[in-house]
Amino acid sequence: MTNHWIDIKNTDCCLIIGSNAAEHHPICFKWVIKAKEERGAKIIHVDPKFSRTSARSDVHIPLRSGTDIAFMGGMINYILQNNLYFKEYVNDYTNASFIVGPGYSFNNGLFAGFDPKNKIYNKKDWQFELDDKGNVKKDPTLQNPRCVMQVLRQHYARYSVQKVSEITGVSPDALVKAYEAYAATGKPDKAGTILYALGWTQHTVGVQNIRTSGIVQLLLGNMGVAGGGINALRGEPNVQGTTDHAILYNVLPGYLPLPRATMATLADYNKATTPVSKVPESVNWWQNRPKYMVSFLKAYFGKNATKENDYGFNWLPKGDPAKSEHDGDYSYMYLFDKMLKGEIKAGSIWATNSANTLPNTNKNRKALANLDFLYMAEIHQNETTEFWHGPGVDPKKVKTEVFLFPSCHRAEKEGSISNSGRLILWHNQATSPRGKSRSMGQIMIDIMKEVIDLYKDEGGKFPDPIVNLNWYKKYDAELVAKRINGSFTSGPQKGKQLNGFTDFADDGSTASLNWLYAGSFTNDGNRMKRRSLKQTPMQKAVGIFPNFAWCWPMNRWVLYNRASVDKNGQPWDPARAVIRWNGKEWEGDVPDGGAPPLTKEGGKNPFIMLKDGLGQLYGTGLVDGPLPEHYEPVETPVTNHGFSGQLSNPCAKILAGDMDKIAPPSDPRYPIVLTTYSMTEHWCGGSETRNVPSLLEAEPMLYVEMSHELAAEKGIKNGDPVIVENIRGRVEAVAMVTVRITPFRIQGRTIHLIGMPFAFGWTKKGIGDATNRLTLWAGDPNTSIPEYKACCVSIRKADKVTELA
Amino acid sequence: MKYTRRDMLKMAGAGAGAIALGGLGVNYLISESYAKKLKIKGAKEVISICPFCSVSCHFIAHVKGGEVVSTEGDPGYPVSEGALCAKGSTMLSMINSDHRLLKPLYRAPYSDKWEEKSYGWMVENVARRIKDTRDKHFVTTNAAGQKVNRLDAMFHAGSSQMSNEEASIVVQAQRALGILNIDHQARI
Repeated sequence: MTNHWIDIKNTDCCLIIGSNAAEHHPICFKWVIKAKEERGAKIIHVDPKFSRTSARSDVHIPLRSGTDIAFMGGMINYILQNNLYFKEYVNDYTNASFIVGPGYSFNNGLFAGFDPKNKIYNKKDWQFELDDKGNVKKDPTLQNPRCVMQVLRQHYARYSVQKVSEITGVSPDALVKAYEAYAATGKPDKAGTILYALGWTQHTVGVQNIRTSGIVQLLLGNMGVAGGGINALRGEPNVQGTTDHAILYNVLPGYLPLPRATMATLADYNKATTPVSKVPESVNWWQNRPKYMVSFLKAYFGKNATKENDYGFNWLPKGDPAKSEHDGDYSYMYLFDKMLKGEIKAGSIWATNSANTLPNTNKNRKALANLDFLYMAEIHQNETTEFWHGPGVDPKKVKTEVFLFPSCHRAEKEGSISNSGRLILWHNQATSPRGKSRSMGQIMIDIMKEVIDLYKDEGGKFPDPIVNLNWYKKYDAELVAKRINGSFTSGPQKGKQLNGFTDFADDGSTASLNWLYAGSFTNDGNRMKRRSLKQTPMQKAVGIFPNFAWCWPMNRWVLYNRASVDKNGQPWDPARAVIRWNGKEWEGDVPDGGAPPLTKEGGKNPFIMLKDGLGQLYGTGLVDGPLPEHYEPVETPVTNHGFSGQLSNPCAKILAGDMDKIAPPSDPRYPIVLTTYSMTEHWCGGSETRNVPSLLEAEPMLYVEMSHELAAEKGIKNGDPVIVENIRGRVEAVAMVTVRITPFRIQGRTIHLIGMPFAFGWTKKGIGDATNRLTLWAGDPNTSIPEYKACCVSIRKADKVTELA
Repeated sequence: MKYTRRDMLKMAGAGAGAIALGGLGVNYLISESYAKKLKIKGAKEVISICPFCSVSCHFIAHVKGGEVVSTEGDPGYPVSEGALCAKGSTMLSMINSDHRLLKPLYRAPYSDKWEEKSYGWMVENVARRIKDTRDKHFVTTNAAGQKVNRLDAMFHAGSSQMSNEEASIVVQAQRALGILNIDHQARI
């Protein structure tokens, strides 16, 4: 979230898209209701299914799954055609005036520079035009046909209400109602927020879905302000924190890019990953990258990281460069593919139910049996821990050696977690771990300690990163938290904790496991434990609690808050001020950098993480285009979407193996769209909540929601057992015939959509098995997030069922 | 102190009776708080956080004799203000669930059963296999001849259930082994 949970109360319009917030983040929803009741905020819910979120909204937009860019493109077009954008904000704080280079083009669904063989773009022709001095050319009048504002207008002119209606299945009236309500926030004293969740990310156009919100929020001046922002409602318990700390292949902690094979030295790494800006008003925050990287290496390898050995840079594993769709991608989709092929021999699965929650389950379950050994840490048995004797599996044929460590419950350990609003919260230990369970931290420390000893005793392949590791004797959450924050390793303050970003150096004199968390555990102590609700009246008005726990970065509750004020530092809306320049200093939230307002000497642009400090209406950072464009899901019920001849994302990541079958567009065997979702009573793969009797009683078995019309067509009655089938798998479920889902009218024909939860699995007898046997491994080209939210299936009444009791 | 199902039923009965009496003009709040006092009297209050969605609602665990005897929402957390959803409300039964894994288990190749093992045995055996696999499959250079120093033959599927500190430790270990195939729920 750029903003935070409480901040939702400040909004005038809440666009909830790709999220069922009322059911999946139930306790946050009171802030939505508060905005509605106390400010008269309009609530718009965009989701294929009518849910408890829709029931509390002013408008429900039931769109066909996978057509979000069409919907949002229509909104961009509506804002521009009707000149509803916030002009001062767009002129001062975005790249609307930048001139795109002459090589840029967009023809029939493809941008300039597409390489069809490798399914990647050469981005050379997307770049901005530079003058003799290397500065970006601009047209402040926004009239140049190649300036960003005009390119944007031209690109989205095709997204008429009528056309959007035909492909999304939403009536033109409903679209206009939603566009009108949201575009009304494009005024200085109005704010609109966008709340999204996995319904937006889990598509082969997932990142571009979110890019549309960036464009809309910049046009309407909604970034940085209270009641605004782009707010990912993080689903998992600490997924914010575990992402910050990089349980991911592509980044090191603190969003430092993975070193690649082309970077032979630390200097190469710094050169390739550190942006240089010529704009004097730009903070260009990432120019500090070398300081964060060296401090990180110092924390990893302690005193063994020295200037002479490049701080151990070459002890880190390096990825191959991303030269094609597949190269250099070590994410889940490739990981399980390599496991099936026998290239991955062993590994660990900790507190995640891969055999239930990953797409194309049949493939993943088969892949697990190819491993030599697997070590796991879990709180309950589930489909992953028990894969070796699952349905249709003969354990006598499974070679995999399995080690299962019991891990303890959160109440049995202490540590910090980061909520969706980046607030880092400390949880205390209530009791000791039950039985022989231990914290995952302790288990990892013990295993690695043993590995280090083995290498010290026996030697072995490339022991350097292992024997030089700055390792731990036992799990002490506060000790780790201190190392995450970081400390001075030499100089007058040696041994003292770092106070914040400005203390970092690139000469090895500071060490920190994650620069973003610097300030969380200072010499004053563990600030994540703070419980004070003390606020200034200004902070109180917008719901900021600067003395409760600690918010990264630098205890800043609203990111990009310098965009909430004009060039003189005065809030666009004084009644909802996040920060204000009082003539001498900033008041309110911690500002994005301490520089004075733009009109003062040394004033800086608001978007400090971007090279030029300006919001990117047009951006060259993504791999699949500088502007979002509608493409169909990889499995789609249509053959032509009407926006271009390019049916699906040309860069989508697709696997070619026998078990990764994809049905052709509009396959008559599988005419129905399937979308998947979670529910209030169960958690993700369900292995914890299925074992709580009251929750299982509330939601006892796998169901499939469908419209009355589809049920009538198929002769299915509410409560009938049915079979949902597609090119990859077959799933049994109970029919739930409901008015919550209605048929879609797409390009003049009726298309049905059904929805299924995925929390059920065979280890709890008779409740159903993995819905994900139907979903597919097709990934967003930027993130490799799989397209869980849309695939094609058939449905029929079951004669006999074996998975349901 | 452990409650049997019978004790719980008795307490629930007392509560229901109190509510019925409330209709007759008796102040049932006194008897209700008395019932609560029985359960958490003398208990230590410890604040923890619900391990589900990242609203991160805080809960208060009441601890008595080393056991959690009650959980309730923490009104001091300004986001949740004491509220809990259907999942958060079951924290007590999650912690004390009979279904939880409490012993290290091992399944041998081609075996059809779990075997209980000691923690030390598990740690030693896992470490040995990691080392053997690493030594056998470690890759120094890639196909283009560039130095990569990595272990392509192993993977880690991790978890957002970990605290920040646990995540930091796990990532540090996996990368030190040379593993790049690292992923978790952020992508799924």
